[in-house]
Amino acid sequence: MDLKLKVWRQKNREDRGRLVDYNVAGISENSSFLEMLDILNEQLINQNIEPVSFDHDCREGICGMCSLYINGEAHGPDRKVTTCQLHMRMFNDGETIYIEPWRSSAMPVIKDLIVDRSAFDRIQQSGGFVSVNTSGSTQDANALPIPKMNADKAFDVAACIGCGACVATCKNSSAMLFVAAKVSQYAYLPQGQVERKQRVLNMVEQMDKEGFGNCTNTGACEIECPKSISIEYIAKMNREYLSASISSEE
Amino acid sequence: MKKKTLDPLSEKENQNLSKISSDKLISKTPSGPISSKWTNHKNSINLVNPANKRNIDIIVVGTGLAGSSAAASLAEMGYNVKTFCYQDSPRRAHSIAAQGGINAAKNYQNDGDSVHRLFYDTVKGGDYRSRESNVHRLAEVSTNIIDQCVAQGVPFGRDYGGLLDNRSFGGVLVSRTFYAKGQTGQQLLLGAYSAVNRQIGKGKIIPYNRHEMLDLVKVEGKARGIIARNLETGKIERHSAHAVVIASGGYGNVFFLSTNAMGSNVTAAWKIHKKGAFFANPCYTQIHPTCIPRSGDNQAKLTLMSESLRNDGRIWVPKNIEDVKSIRAGKLMPTEILEENRDYYLERRYPAFGNLVPRDVASRAAKERIDAGFGVNKTEEAVYLDFSSAIERYGKQEAAIARIKNPTNAEIIILGEKIVESKYGNLFQMYEKIVAENPYKTPMMIYPAVHYTMGGVWVDYNLMTTVPGCYCIGEANFSDHGANRLGASALMQGLADGYFVLPYTIGDYLSEDIRTGPISINSEEFDFAEKNVTDKLDNLLSIKGKKSPDYFHKKLGKVMWEYVGMSRNEKGLKTAIKEIKLIKEEFWKDVRILGDRKSLNPELEKAGRVSDLLELGELFAKDALNRNESCGGHFREESVELDGLQKGEAKRDDQDYSYVSAWEFNKEPSEAILHKEHLEFNDIELKQRSYK
Repeated sequence: MDLKLKVWRQKNREDRGRLVDYNVAGISENSSFLEMLDILNEQLINQNIEPVSFDHDCREGICGMCSLYINGEAHGPDRKVTTCQLHMRMFNDGETIYIEPWRSSAMPVIKDLIVDRSAFDRIQQSGGFVSVNTSGSTQDANALPIPKMNADKAFDVAACIGCGACVATCKNSSAMLFVAAKVSQYAYLPQGQVERKQRVLNMVEQMDKEGFGNCTNTGACEIECPKSISIEYIAKMNREYLSASISSEE
Repeated sequence: MKKKTLDPLSEKENQNLSKISSDKLISKTPSGPISSKWTNHKNSINLVNPANKRNIDIIVVGTGLAGSSAAASLAEMGYNVKTFCYQDSPRRAHSIAAQGGINAAKNYQNDGDSVHRLFYDTVKGGDYRSRESNVHRLAEVSTNIIDQCVAQGVPFGRDYGGLLDNRSFGGVLVSRTFYAKGQTGQQLLLGAYSAVNRQIGKGKIIPYNRHEMLDLVKVEGKARGIIARNLETGKIERHSAHAVVIASGGYGNVFFLSTNAMGSNVTAAWKIHKKGAFFANPCYTQIHPTCIPRSGDNQAKLTLMSESLRNDGRIWVPKNIEDVKSIRAGKLMPTEILEENRDYYLERRYPAFGNLVPRDVASRAAKERIDAGFGVNKTEEAVYLDFSSAIERYGKQEAAIARIKNPTNAEIIILGEKIVESKYGNLFQMYEKIVAENPYKTPMMIYPAVHYTMGGVWVDYNLMTTVPGCYCIGEANFSDHGANRLGASALMQGLADGYFVLPYTIGDYLSEDIRTGPISINSEEFDFAEKNVTDKLDNLLSIKGKKSPDYFHKKLGKVMWEYVGMSRNEKGLKTAIKEIKLIKEEFWKDVRILGDRKSLNPELEKAGRVSDLLELGELFAKDALNRNESCGGHFREESVELDGLQKGEAKRDDQDYSYVSAWEFNKEPSEAILHKEHLEFNDIELKQRSYK
């Protein structure tokens, strides 16, 4: 396949950035999207042009590092995949492909296609945990049975890889799907009950502080989420938040 | 001013070191019966008073299962911790990609499991090349890990009674594997990450993400800090501490193509090796039999298909070479090949274990068929993993349950596919996305790929390296898996080291540091180490050659795979050593790195990592050459059974090689000095592994 690429190039956080045109030729349709970028970079290095910086690591859809906005869609045209799992067979020979970074003021561009997602870490630090120390004498793992349905639901939301596609695709730059996933995981488990109220209050407060927008139920995040986390968990988080706000002693 | 020794070691010091014999390797294994060694040890080692812990700093490099669990536990105890990772968040470490599960001797299934059985299986699975006392401790703490993770809110798979469910894995006779669907590594890492986050929130851990450790700083012989590069700004930073913990994972990327993440590297481990930490058994590498094959030369990484698939899949290639050629030419479909024209080679060669032989055996058998010319895809590097028998078997069973009389073939297949989907659906979907073929209708194509490295930095029973104050945990060390790792044991070891071993044993060393006070970063040693780092980076940038770091990495990978891969011999290993040296020379003359070191520069990062992998690769081949026996993942063609039932199978040599090869750095990898830690087996009888 021969392709025309329009790639976002930005030197650093301060640079304004712009789209630059490149051509790549002879790409196999069995290549992954990131392998196509590898080929582009090899080509640029040969031409003495600084290669395009992009985030990637595991290349099997689980680490959450890769993050491209391709032809106006987070992680590109395929569904239930991350960019590293996207294959070139999803594109046509001769096609023009726009490749941009995530766009959100809470996730500023560091360089080219790489963005700063540290806001996600700070939200987790504000409450995304159960306060239990390491100890060789924690109660036995089977001392507390958990209904299978709750355990399965907790797993479904815990599958979030923290890639940021939900934010990138949302017209409000809302991180509510991301935050709702963690809040819901612990809300379904007995271990999460003790800190349940404080957790949702703290995490939502931090989310707002980071500058993420609110949810207006467009549902785009659910469509672009590589792990198919449902928007219904945002509703759950809203209920958690409401009940915590009403009954919290603070 | 006191005389201080600067690193790297001077000529004279090197000469002195080479004279020191193997008794320098003191494993510090406690005495007494194996089942009470750990308890006795914990009771007798020195502790640090809680008030004093506040005055002690610890650096943890790497934030996978081992690094994150250690960092969180140490911070909870009161130490001041700094974590370092090259990714943008601790949560992205490659432990996240582990699929199958984590072993623990809980015996929840009442099938006779016990600490002793887990200990025994792990030593035997490692082909009797691990340290008995460490493995027993691992089995002992395995049960605590599950309790700890459940308490953190890790959503393990459960049964309808609400209790934890288990799976079986290869090489054992019990069900002891806990899992969270096919994403166990992810859930365990997110658990450890949440514990780290809690401590970051309290200010007890300071995270340094997008940072790469580029050197270890030693002061008066002790590890006292690191030099790190801020990967975003390019700034070279000094960080001091009373102890340094390396948890940087394995070095499988020396093969270029592996199931490791793109960024996985040996740099941190290699830097401490060059500063005096011995590197043990580098040649022990696990090659996993079921990965998706390469599609072409531009492929950057390989994807694993879980070992669990071999429960129901049958592995085969065509019997006739004409059929193979027709398939490659696209004239014949695998489904058109009649049963009698298929060679189910694992079932043929290993009737007792069939498709469920251990990973090393299955990989070698695939290679044997490929080498004979029976590879079934365009790159000629694939065999079939076929689910049609399983689909038929399950279909008939389901038809019987549904009381369908004389079901048609089509009905059986529909019913059978449903069962297979419920068991392996996510893996089948992953396969279909990558290969664009439907594995329900046509057999999967698979090929072995580098997956895990059992070798690593040598550590004593306390997990301390030969550099005082420098520890090494998780896949980065060598200690628990011998020459072959069993499935679902990597997660167990990472968390055992981080949650339950290192936090105790490190106190024994740090108890001497309670009066030391903060370590200054304004010393000669830091000046010197920082200069070394900046010199190397400037050096790399100044070459301005013609070829990218990836070019050299791929070239190295090809040599490693060809001569130091699944099957090794003297001639090939000598060739490899020569060729790797040539690649290294070419690299330092002709690598092209654009951009500078004062900003984000992924090519510069890669070049640094490749330069270390080139050195490691040479030591790797040297170690494989030295070990003229076949054990676990290390297969020497010279060491095979010559006759009898086991003819052609791997032959271990306990007489001459029942030791850990611990290499001491000495100017060049080729001149590394071998130290031997002799392995003693008091509680387990050494036996030949047989799967016939």
